Amino acid sequence: MTNTVAVPVLEAEVAWSLPDRGRVGMYGLIAAEAAIFTIFVVAYLFYVGKSLSGPLPNQVLHAPIVLTICLLSSSLTIHLAVAALRDARTRAFLLWWAFTIALGAVFLGGTAREWHHLIYDVGLTIRTNLFGTSYYSLVGLHAFHVTVGLLGLSLVLVLGLGEHVRREHAGRLDVLSLYWHFVDAVWVVVFTVVYVIGR
Amino acid sequence: MTTASVTWTDSDVAPRPVVERLHEWVTTVDHKRLGVLYIVYALVFLVIGGIEAMIMRIQLIAAHTDFVSPQVFNRMFTMHGTTMIFFVAMPLVFGFANYMVPLMIGARDMAFPRLNAFSFWLTAFGGLLLYFSFLGGSGLYGAGNAPDVGWFAYAPLTAKTFSPGHSTDYWTLALLVSGFGSIGTAINILTTILCMRCPGMTLGRMPLLAWLSLTMAVLVILAVSPLSAAQIMLLVDRYLGGHFFDTQAGGSAVMWMHFFWVFGHPEVYVLVIPAFAFASEIIPVFSRKPIFGYPVMVAATVCIGFISMSVWAHHMFTVGMSPAGNGFFVLSTMAIAVPTGIKIFNWLATMWGGKIQFRTPMLFCTAFLFQFLVAGLTGIMLGSAPFDWHLGNSYFVVAHFHYVIVGAILFTVFAAFYYWFPKFSGRLYSETLGRLHFWLFFIGFHLTFDCMHIPGLLGMPRRIYTYEPGRGWDTWNLLVTIGVVFQGLGTLVFVANLFWSYFKGARAGNDPWDAWTLEWSTESPPPAYNFATLPVVRSRRPLWDLKHPEDPDWKYEQ
Amino acid sequence: MSPTSIFAPVSTPADSIFELSMFVLAVTAGIFVVVFGLLVYAVVRFRRRRDDDGSEPPQVYGSYEVELAWTIVPVLIVVALFLATARVIASIQHPPKPKDALDVVVIGHQYWWEYRYPKFGVVSANELHVPVSDPAHPTPTFLTLLSADTDHSFWVPRLAGKTDLIPNHPNSMWIDPRETGLYLGQCAQYCGTQHAKMLLRVYVDSREDFDRWIEAQRRPARADAAVARGRRVFETTACVNCHAVGGTNANGRFGPDLSHFMSRDTLAAGAAPNTPENLRLWLRNPGAIKPGSLMPAMQLSDEDVNAVADYLESLR
Repeated sequence: MTNTVAVPVLEAEVAWSLPDRGRVGMYGLIAAEAAIFTIFVVAYLFYVGKSLSGPLPNQVLHAPIVLTICLLSSSLTIHLAVAALRDARTRAFLLWWAFTIALGAVFLGGTAREWHHLIYDVGLTIRTNLFGTSYYSLVGLHAFHVTVGLLGLSLVLVLGLGEHVRREHAGRLDVLSLYWHFVDAVWVVVFTVVYVIGR
Repeated sequence: MTTASVTWTDSDVAPRPVVERLHEWVTTVDHKRLGVLYIVYALVFLVIGGIEAMIMRIQLIAAHTDFVSPQVFNRMFTMHGTTMIFFVAMPLVFGFANYMVPLMIGARDMAFPRLNAFSFWLTAFGGLLLYFSFLGGSGLYGAGNAPDVGWFAYAPLTAKTFSPGHSTDYWTLALLVSGFGSIGTAINILTTILCMRCPGMTLGRMPLLAWLSLTMAVLVILAVSPLSAAQIMLLVDRYLGGHFFDTQAGGSAVMWMHFFWVFGHPEVYVLVIPAFAFASEIIPVFSRKPIFGYPVMVAATVCIGFISMSVWAHHMFTVGMSPAGNGFFVLSTMAIAVPTGIKIFNWLATMWGGKIQFRTPMLFCTAFLFQFLVAGLTGIMLGSAPFDWHLGNSYFVVAHFHYVIVGAILFTVFAAFYYWFPKFSGRLYSETLGRLHFWLFFIGFHLTFDCMHIPGLLGMPRRIYTYEPGRGWDTWNLLVTIGVVFQGLGTLVFVANLFWSYFKGARAGNDPWDAWTLEWSTESPPPAYNFATLPVVRSRRPLWDLKHPEDPDWKYEQ
Repeated sequence: MSPTSIFAPVSTPADSIFELSMFVLAVTAGIFVVVFGLLVYAVVRFRRRRDDDGSEPPQVYGSYEVELAWTIVPVLIVVALFLATARVIASIQHPPKPKDALDVVVIGHQYWWEYRYPKFGVVSANELHVPVSDPAHPTPTFLTLLSADTDHSFWVPRLAGKTDLIPNHPNSMWIDPRETGLYLGQCAQYCGTQHAKMLLRVYVDSREDFDRWIEAQRRPARADAAVARGRRVFETTACVNCHAVGGTNANGRFGPDLSHFMSRDTLAAGAAPNTPENLRLWLRNPGAIKPGSLMPAMQLSDEDVNAVADYLESLR
């Protein structure tokens, strides 16, 4: 069977540019994740001061300043990494990218140490009281997102060491770095809510 | 504007083996195929959800009947609600969006085809997981272990203390999984619309279906996520000993309600906005006029999207919020009636002065207009908090939301089926069977859901497996049950029509309705690549411009 | 007439809601008539005629003036509805409380109602007695709503709108019934298997009858030697884990207080009339009357069932 359709055609060159799919998709994902975190933050704030028994935040929480500096610096380092890749400075890219992963790993390690102390020395677990439940859930959800981010970053590092990452991939890595910046921004909120307001 | 003619010939190929064809469907990333998968999946669950409704209605046909035990009845209303919302209405909405959006914006596929497939299979798995609950948990003894906590699963009924076993966990996990699928599809729709429109199609020239799908996608992203968060919290409570909703430890049952309804209310707009989309595409074509007031329709939709995020606690008027709290949510709920009501006027004005053809899609859309009007008005009654202190949690609410979900959404979904069936299948459906379906369903719908309001006004609460005689509820419940029979028959006629027409219907051309949007410019069914060459558009109705070169839309559009 | 109709109020909060509902119904009915009429007109007047020439009708794209008009009118309607509603919210949620208002604490359980009268030291279950309220000298009853387990809701349509009973979230409501009588309702928030049979019975008594009822409830439970056997079975079987009988060593609070069990017309929160047959059936097998109720079948012998029933029937 022969098929025919009438199709409207371009007469002259029309300038037509639309946003990049990867970026818009990532913004969509960030919006969804932000909504999830908002609910956990709201629950945390609502339960401040409502635990029926201790331990209480001001008794056991110490603001993780160093860890925070590490994590927030990693936003800078990832930005430098992508900028380096844009200039085709592959070695600089790999160094800054690895540095980002290291900083993230330090953050996770520090969180693990803090939790070990809270669970074994202080006796605060997720089932101890409302503070325990909301604290471990919120910080844990964030740490989970850091972990997923690190996995993604590590994959890129492996590919980069295998010389598969080139200048034309800078756009995609920029989109990935958006996720990383989001994780850092969430930490700013979590830090403020848990270690500043909540105490 | 010039036009080109593109011609090709079907090659002669022997039909491929079934296994190969099945494999193609299972591994497809084509938005059209995924759309069909979503829709067929939804239809199967529509029948299952309908059976669950039938069981409930038989039990409630008279006072003190003994058709099913209270345990079974409670599982029925939980599963009926959960199934219809998450595994019928959502897949239908996503299925049609998947199929239509790329075609209508002149794209070849969605932005992320593999994410599209992954999201579908997540949703599909969620449904299977939910229904596995009938077998899982306590196993095959008794009537199985399906969740029985109601589709909104209020705390602390969902705590391990009050819901031992695993039935609640099936509810939580099934919806968590399918929720991620929904978010994935929403991100896909959002990105596709913003990033893949054909040249010349500015946002102001998109079909309304695209605008409404965009709004719906944003709502899913912002609203399903809170549900996922709340469900994670519930899992923490049930499995890790957390206390998010543990009232004995100082936790808040009301907080679950807030989180759930922050999802639950935008969710109903997620479902109804596509219904508006279908009406906005179908009514103009069958009235032979463009949609009246396109810019305001867009503005009203975006307004509805915004306001819908601020009305949620009108589901909680009876939990004891302060007068200020109650008052705020009365105001926001009444306010959302304005952009919603305006749309009815716009559709009415579209029909006004037209030459209306009452083919099956238009029959369903016309009924939609009447029914959505009533649903909106009963919504206003419920939005007046003191009135809701009676009507809330009664059969009046059940009647109201079925009026929206069946009377508005399902009716326009039927309309959409009939309207786009020629495009999906390349065949024309039987108009006679279509009319029969309409009238059977219309009669049944009104018998059931008009009568259902009355027991609510006479004090009948919802979610009761039996009721006392002598309260004036008996006759009305009987009528409600009878109406279900007609709806069931109508649905059977519908399914029969689909099957018969798919195999025996007359061949449809590209454009059987003489319509104006881009999907009608390509074959029926469209080839895998959608368009031989990507179209370029200059107005909201590119095919009108082609068919009326002396009087194109772009000369007149605001 | 339905005993649970929302259109037959006998108490001030129910009256206020009734008046508001009439206003809202009138407004929505008006909107309905207008829009429905226009829809019908459009469907009839603008259908394609059989002799149509196939031309397209005038293509009208919109009209900002018309759209403005049909935006402003709904906005005004919304404002009117909101103001009327806000007034009633305030009047019901911030009522004046006269000195001789009665206080009752209602505690919701799966699947029965506990009623406490703190001023009188009375604990009862399932059948709420309140005094009638003379509009000239109002004696309303203020209910504090608590829950022992999951969510419930107190709905007696002729007396007031419903208010939920939520654990760890005390609520309050009030009624001031102006006609004596029995008013019916039931739990209106799904609370589990037997939500459907958690019925409400509110007895609005004359002042004298109410005082008499309180007096009877305050008396310690009758100790009748003739039913000693049943009392012994009651006190040595697990009954006392859940039930209380004033003046005995039965102090369980999980189930209803039975001190004055025979003062009630029904058993199992309205699920069955309080007759000797039903009582024995309940004791033998609660699931026959209310399957899913949290009272277990106690596996008593027939003699013990009769003895306990005799004992309970003595608790007037």
